[in-house]
Amino acid sequence: MTSIDRRKFLTAGTASLGALGFVGAMPAWARGTLDGTLARRGSDVLSGDYQTMTVADAMFTTGTRRGPGVTVNGTIPGPLLRLKEGQNLVVDLVNDSSMGTSIHWHGLLVPFLMDGVPGVTMAAVEPGERFRYEFPIRQAGTYWWHAHTLQEPMGHYGPIIIDPAGEEAHSYDRDYVVMLSDWSPMHPHTIMKKLKVADAPFNFQKTTATDNYPLSGAERRMWARMRMMPTDISDVSAPLFTYLLNGHGPEDGLEFAFRPGERVRLRFINGAAMSFFNVRIPGLAMTVIAADGQDVRPVEVDEFQIGNAETYDVIVEPGAGDAFTIVAEAMDRSGMGLAMLTSRPGLRAQVPPLRDPPLLTMADMGMSQGGAGSMTGMDHGEASAGGAMDMGSMSMRDTSLLPPNVKVGPGIDMVAMNPVDRMGDPGTGLKDVGHRVLTYKQLVAARMNPDMRQPTRLKEIHLTGNMERYMWSFDGKKFSAVTDDPIRFAFNERVRVKLVNDTMMAHPIHLHGHFFELVNGAPGMHQPRKHTVIVQPGGSAQFDLTANEPGDWAFHCHLIYHMHTGMFQVVTVRPLDGGEG
Amino acid sequence: MKRAILFSLPLLALSAPGWAEQHDHATAAQVEPADPAATTTAAQQEVMDHSAMEHGEMEHGKMDMPVDQEPMAHSQMDHGSVPMPRQEAPMDASKMDHASMVDQSPIPAGPPPPEAFSAPAFAADEFVGADKMAASRASVVREVSGVPVYWFQADRAEYRAREGKDGYLWDVQGYYGGDIDKFWFKSEGEGNFGEKPESAEVQALWSHAIAPRWDIQAGVRQDLTGPERTHAVIGVQGLAPYLFELDAAAFVSNKGDITARIEGELDQRITQRLILQPRAELSLSAQDIPELGIGAGLDRAELGLRLRYEFVREFAPYIGVEQEWKVGKSADYARAAGEDPSVTNYVVGIRLWF
Repeated sequence: MTSIDRRKFLTAGTASLGALGFVGAMPAWARGTLDGTLARRGSDVLSGDYQTMTVADAMFTTGTRRGPGVTVNGTIPGPLLRLKEGQNLVVDLVNDSSMGTSIHWHGLLVPFLMDGVPGVTMAAVEPGERFRYEFPIRQAGTYWWHAHTLQEPMGHYGPIIIDPAGEEAHSYDRDYVVMLSDWSPMHPHTIMKKLKVADAPFNFQKTTATDNYPLSGAERRMWARMRMMPTDISDVSAPLFTYLLNGHGPEDGLEFAFRPGERVRLRFINGAAMSFFNVRIPGLAMTVIAADGQDVRPVEVDEFQIGNAETYDVIVEPGAGDAFTIVAEAMDRSGMGLAMLTSRPGLRAQVPPLRDPPLLTMADMGMSQGGAGSMTGMDHGEASAGGAMDMGSMSMRDTSLLPPNVKVGPGIDMVAMNPVDRMGDPGTGLKDVGHRVLTYKQLVAARMNPDMRQPTRLKEIHLTGNMERYMWSFDGKKFSAVTDDPIRFAFNERVRVKLVNDTMMAHPIHLHGHFFELVNGAPGMHQPRKHTVIVQPGGSAQFDLTANEPGDWAFHCHLIYHMHTGMFQVVTVRPLDGGEG
Repeated sequence: MKRAILFSLPLLALSAPGWAEQHDHATAAQVEPADPAATTTAAQQEVMDHSAMEHGEMEHGKMDMPVDQEPMAHSQMDHGSVPMPRQEAPMDASKMDHASMVDQSPIPAGPPPPEAFSAPAFAADEFVGADKMAASRASVVREVSGVPVYWFQADRAEYRAREGKDGYLWDVQGYYGGDIDKFWFKSEGEGNFGEKPESAEVQALWSHAIAPRWDIQAGVRQDLTGPERTHAVIGVQGLAPYLFELDAAAFVSNKGDITARIEGELDQRITQRLILQPRAELSLSAQDIPELGIGAGLDRAELGLRLRYEFVREFAPYIGVEQEWKVGKSADYARAAGEDPSVTNYVVGIRLWF
């Protein structure tokens, strides 16, 4: 395509603006809603020690799309939990919906029985049942909660803000949550089935005879020979998804108010099921002050990529400007979520057009340029697909490169030949944007880390998959093959975990119940603490973990259909009593 | 003679995954890993330097050190537990490779300590109830590791305009199963309007994934027209390099006849929705089968070109042209039966799946 179809999408979106305002004003019954109430957009705020969160089926509409959703306390996203470090929290989860449900407190340090993962720490809360969560709040920062079931993509998620017991590290005048998500009118089961049986059914940015991608004929033939697609960036994208900010689609005109001269804290949470976003506010620099809820030394950037389940807090100073557009562009640039930062209601800044879709590069195939390329850590990306021509005859699947514990079979369609550390990479498509883009290497923890021991053990885990069959796994094994063979850590063990991505997709890997420290070049005591790490395609990433939370913890790719087709494992920390008697 | 050649067909077909997956590894040496020895030495050298420093009070951010070296320097810093043989090899910064320095960390890989294997196997069992957790775990394992999937595709369902009587053709397939093993069925048939179908068959196959993009398939085929026959089937189906979809199968009938078929298709996207699909099919036989009008050797060849428009991915009408040739003795049989061994079809049809 590219530009023509994408413009069409945009035009269609704009055209529906007027219609939506009208439709949105009509009550559900007047619009013939037969199957459930209509979800409200945006969150209410819950604070205090005791909450009830009620899950229900609903219909959701956004733009011209309409389909099944799941609400918590009537809204999508569900309520914002505004908590205080040091308080206790009791939540009664009430399931009024038609599916099994749960709430996972993403990023919170909780006793494992409160972690909310069906099959691992609890049984799913069946329709009509209740479940009581009860735990102390041991941390501060920006987090979120979500169902650990297929209700998540339907709307079962919401933000958490925890105010610190002491002073905030930064001063600001306004504090907003910007929760990014993706919603489709198609049921998750249907999406998963289509991903299984068809080849990239939701990608309408494939290479064609008439596209204007900067690829030579030889490069196109090379991709065809490998039976892979340089445009395989996101499995599900705008032709199906509407990108939401706090439950609002691009046409809704979501506004965040400011007065000239104010400092505004924006807490970005990627609560999407399947989408990475490139976030920028044209004309405004963002100072990143926290990642995954943990304070980092301030870094000023113009754009950052946020993987599923990550959070970034930024401070912006709009000065005397009138209005600025908050742009959350999907990584494959098929669509965007939008909101306005505005000094007067109704004021609008220009919405930038979608940028050209990115292409996967040689680095994404796990081929570094050899010594020179990895030396600087910067120019992996410059190895554009063009440079890969001489690699055409190489094996994309040399299984002899895999350690013996990786199960080789039809579930692995690629092995990264030279998986270099890619923490200095800004993310797919952001290398040449011409302004400052955040990388993991820029993150430095603001405070000293609690455990600065050198890890005693290295644990390597391969992220594996087969795009064609839509199989995803760790070490070539789906959850069913390792149900009795979890990833084991001893209590208080200090382990370095190396994740090697043998696929051409970026995976946001999340470990429950813990923070780990990225091995990103920051001084050991200031390695940034995170709960989710993106492992770039064909590359590797390492983190140091102190396994100090006994129990069983889910460990998985946060792309929900990757998790639900096998990229899921359990991490055990034993002994359960910590072994100290 | 011909029989021998045809016997080897299934073998040939079976070897497809081999050449499909294994490109020459020899050239892989192009990517030069950094010299591990040199790197380790450099790392250890660094460690030594640092061990002499006062760590607690060091302000790392202000250390006058090339940015390039920071990650390794700090990550290798001595925290007391790593043995460090002193080595004198000079450090050559120009050869240092960041990425592989991180890779070649001195932290040893190894099994978890024994206490990591302490009971219980499943931590929640005691608190939630072992039965309840076992049931919950079973359902999550099933959900997360692949619920069986069904798929039906009409690759071709078309009207064929041609000299003489116009005809029709169907070519459908589908499966039910998991990632590796599936029940697969196929059905094909064609005929002229107002007459008995010229050919019609169904196949029931067990399909097993043998490579990332290849399945081996075995089962039975039942012919529904003419002198009815049952065949044993063995074949492979999958995606060859350059994105050719291939389906090759050999058949042994209950009369002892051996035949084979190879089909290949290639989707050429013109736009995101407009797709040109060249298609070729060859039928072969190890022997003459006069009652079916099949001659030994290459029996039939078809070349087609279809242009489809995907209104949605699942539903795409198409137009096209397909040329069929009966070859050799099969052509003689056709002529003897008063048929033209070469037929041009102008086709209109739909391709759909669900």
